[in-house]
Amino acid sequence: MEEKTKVHAEDGKQELTITRKFDLPVELVFKAYSETHLFEQWMGTKVLKLESKKHGSYAFETSYDGNVVFRANGVIHEFVENEKITRTFEMENTPFPVQLEYLEFEKLTDTTSKLTMKIVFKSIEFRDQLLKMPFAQGINMAHNRLQEIVSSLK
Amino acid sequence: MNLRRDVFQAIADPTRRSILLLLTTQSMTAGAIASNFDTARPTVSKHLQILTECELLRQEQQGREIYYHFNPNKMKEIAEFIEPFRKMWDTKFNKLEEVMKNYKKE
Repeated sequence: MEEKTKVHAEDGKQELTITRKFDLPVELVFKAYSETHLFEQWMGTKVLKLESKKHGSYAFETSYDGNVVFRANGVIHEFVENEKITRTFEMENTPFPVQLEYLEFEKLTDTTSKLTMKIVFKSIEFRDQLLKMPFAQGINMAHNRLQEIVSSLK
Repeated sequence: MNLRRDVFQAIADPTRRSILLLLTTQSMTAGAIASNFDTARPTVSKHLQILTECELLRQEQQGREIYYHFNPNKMKEIAEFIEPFRKMWDTKFNKLEEVMKNYKKE
């Protein structure tokens, strides 16, 4: 079966592309990105600010056990309804420099659509480091769980 | 093809990922690796066996001890990192689909 989500990252390039086919009309996918309460639900994050318009800005944070573990923010450069969002994305308190994201929303049929997200990084090294993040997070989560188990034994 | 899938299976397990992380900076014996985990020693041995079979680790005899080395050649290809990254986005987008399908019904 063909995968719905694909990641294309060529060796030696400072960009990567994520594509996803949705069983949803393009309007609904776009809405999921532009409305705070919907964005919060699928991203699993708290939206502090989301100004869905040209030159608007956004910020969100994720908490775990009452502690903020992740914060990110950015500026929206282009905002064309049901077509595209161009924005910057910056993770706070990390060594990662700001990245540029091009999101393109495409209608396939009345009930299906495609999202293409191209991310441009400051360097090839930063792109490769970001790719390794889910791997590193998996390790951290394993350690956190281990710590929880150990603490509960005390 | 089969081998490739094995690599992904190997790094899909959190304990195995932790073992790989431990070994990125130093070579260790099975005993030293096991002492870092709450898991029973035979379980750790099994993980080491799987990681060795798919060549993420190499064994090297040093005197009476066998040391496990991280095999960077197997991991340096970013291809190995793409799958967890893709899965992370796939999970998020599946959630988006679920949220918006419910929203449509409202």
